[in-house]
Parts: sequence; C-alpha cells; structure tokens
Amino acid sequence: MGPPPEIRSGCDLVVEFPLMAELKIQKTLQDAGLPPLMLVPATSPLLQPVNLFQIKDFGRYLMVRAANMKLTVDKEGLTIVNVSGGGCPDVPYLAEQMVGKPLNEAPSPREIGHTLCGYALQLAFEETKRRCLPS
Amino acid sequence: MLAVVGTVPEEDFPLQAGEVTLEKEELFIGERRVKINRGTPALLAAAIQAGQALGEKKTYGFLAGDIGLGGGSRKLYEYLSRHLGKTEFSTIAFHYVQPDVDGHNRVLFSIEEMAKRPILIADAGFMYAAKMSGQAPEYDLSTPDVGELAFLADEMAPHPFYTRGFVLHEENRVPDLIARAYTHENAARYLLVKGRTDYLASREGIQATIQEPSVEALEAIGGTGDTLTGIVAALIAAGRQVSEAAIIAARVNRLAGFYANPTPGTSVREVIKHIPRALEQILQEMQRIKNGRR
Repeated sequence: MGPPPEIRSGCDLVVEFPLMAELKIQKTLQDAGLPPLMLVPATSPLLQPVNLFQIKDFGRYLMVRAANMKLTVDKEGLTIVNVSGGGCPDVPYLAEQMVGKPLNEAPSPREIGHTLCGYALQLAFEETKRRCLPS
Repeated sequence: MLAVVGTVPEEDFPLQAGEVTLEKEELFIGERRVKINRGTPALLAAAIQAGQALGEKKTYGFLAGDIGLGGGSRKLYEYLSRHLGKTEFSTIAFHYVQPDVDGHNRVLFSIEEMAKRPILIADAGFMYAAKMSGQAPEYDLSTPDVGELAFLADEMAPHPFYTRGFVLHEENRVPDLIARAYTHENAARYLLVKGRTDYLASREGIQATIQEPSVEALEAIGGTGDTLTGIVAALIAAGRQVSEAAIIAARVNRLAGFYANPTPGTSVREVIKHIPRALEQILQEMQRIKNGRR
C-alpha cells in the first residue's frame, strides 16, 4: 500500500509491522539491502524518534538517558556498569549481555536487541560512546 | 494472594504458573530456577522479601522466557486470557511483557470474569500496553519513572521512544506531566512516579512526595524501580490501601537503597537484601507516630 500523504515522497511502498519490533525489522531490511526511507508509527506518521539525551555526571560514573532507557559507565575503566529503565522484554536480556563489558567491546543493542526499548538503548549507547571514546 | 506476571530473559524458558520461592539469590518456580537481576525477577524477589516480613506466605508467578522477540509474551497473553478469570488473586502486578494491545485487552476481559476484581498494578511493558489501548484508568496503580511519565503525558506517543521533545523537556515539571497524563485519561487511579523525588498522585493531584533518604546512585541502578513495584504490590496484597502502600514502599525502597551504600555500579541484588530491615524500620516508625497521637 502507499504511505499517508504527510510522508509521501513519490511512488513509495509501505510495509506495516508491529511497532514494538522496529529495531528487528529495521535490521532485517538493512541486512537484505533494502534500508527503509523512513520508519514511522502508523497512528502518527509525523512523530520522530526521541533525540534528546539527559546526562548525569556522578563523578566517576556517567549516566546517559534516551527516552526511557539509561546506560551508566565507569569513566575510569570505560566499563558499562548498569542499564536501567525500559519495559520491553529485551531490556533485561540486553542488560545481561552488556553490563560488565568495556564500552568498545560490548555488543550493540542494534545487533542483539529487538524492540523500541532496545532502540532507545542503542541511542544511549551511541551517545555514551560519542562522549567517552576518542573519535 | 499476590500474583506477578512477567518475563525472564531466557529464550528457552517455558511458561510457568505457580508459587515462586526465594532461596539465597535465586527464585524457584515449578522446576525452573531464575537468577535475580533487574526486571521481573527483581520485582518478585522484592515482593517475596516484603511479603514474608508482612506475614504473607505465598507469592504466585506467571513467567515466560522472552528476550524481546515476543514469543514468551504471546504465550503469557494467551494463557492469562484463558485462565485468569477462574483465579482468586487479591492483587496482580503486570510487568515486563511485550506490549500488545490485543493481548492486553484479552487479559483485561478475563479479569472481568473473576469473582472479585483484584487490585491491578501495571508497570513496564504492561503499563505501555495499558496506555496504548486507552485502558490505563482500569488500573489501580502504575509506577512510571520520569521518562515513562512523559510518555503517559504525551497523548500522541505510541511508545516512550516516540515521546515528543517538548514533553520530554518538561522533566523538571513532574506535577504538570502528571496532570497532563490524567487530562488525557492515560494514567491509573494512582501514579507512583519514581525519581529524585517520588510522587504519589491521583486525578485530584499530588497526594504525597517522598524525598528521604536521598541516594542519588539509585537512579542508575537497573532494577530499583522493579523493587519498588514489588514492595508496593506486597503491601497491597497484605491489606494496605493503595495510597498508603505506595508511600510506605517508596520510603522502604529508598531506605533499603541507603543501607546498600551503593555506587551507580551496584547490583540491585544488594538493595533487595536490605528490604526486610528497611520495611521493619519504616513500619515501626509509623507505629510509634500512631501511638504518639493517642
């Protein structure tokens, strides 16, 4: 089917999928060489993913929050020490896989996550790396 | 009796329905054991610790393995929609479940079939599903953090990931976000908003704030919101009114956190250990105040 008029740009094709699985669907399409032009909620196509980060500096530790997800690193060893927030079932799984690992070796939520909470954690992960790792 | 619905982060963990017990740092349900970490296992461990201190002997669990693909959550929705109507729980806490509007609504229908409607608590993914379905007011209590409150307050957002920037900017205006969530019918009867200050609110406005003890590191520790939900669920199942239970739970969770002497790198397991001591202390303080008034 075609996209809603607000986001139509030409002879576009729309694929509808459960919103919760956005991260997994995006990865599947990218792996297949079909990266989507846009990913939008069907009910409100103009909504954008969160792009604000809240930063809390505890001194030795730095916490980065994106939407409902928080990621905390130990600035001395650049190790991920905690993952907090979220409500989708991949969050406890992602936390288990990431906590205790160095920031530059930890698996990316984009690779092993599946849901929108995983996507929010990916954004917090990227922002933390941007702030803590040399570019 | 309290029932807790949620997932564990193991792909091959089959659906389990039964009494949950706590031994050292593991939970047991059926023939399965579950590591206590953040998420529903942390909620259950906190609820069992608090329940035992309150004289409640049993906590029931509906658990399934799910790492975000949704398979375990779908099994839970299916099982609950067929079986919940015949159960007699006094309190049900819904937690880490893949949000699914249809699944959520079927579970809510099955609750309508119960002989006596239980007190309903929605947190984590189930709270998202409740808002998405427009049924949030059906719940007696939800326990969002500030980021999740912004999602409840944003009537357009289908998930916290899509919360609009101008709403997220209002982080320091929690009372305004609470009011907005109620205006758009996206909040439970009570909201216990966890953060630097914990807020208990209803449609009538802010009912209480809890700020002490203030342990900044707790915000970073995954699972401290889950323990709060577990404690309040246990208190409600033990007969406390929702509003009173929420205030006690917020104080107990903070005190348990204080006793754990945490850094932002501490595990929630350290906090859970101190729940019985913190609960006993808070209840004794309340009793002393009550006796002093006589």
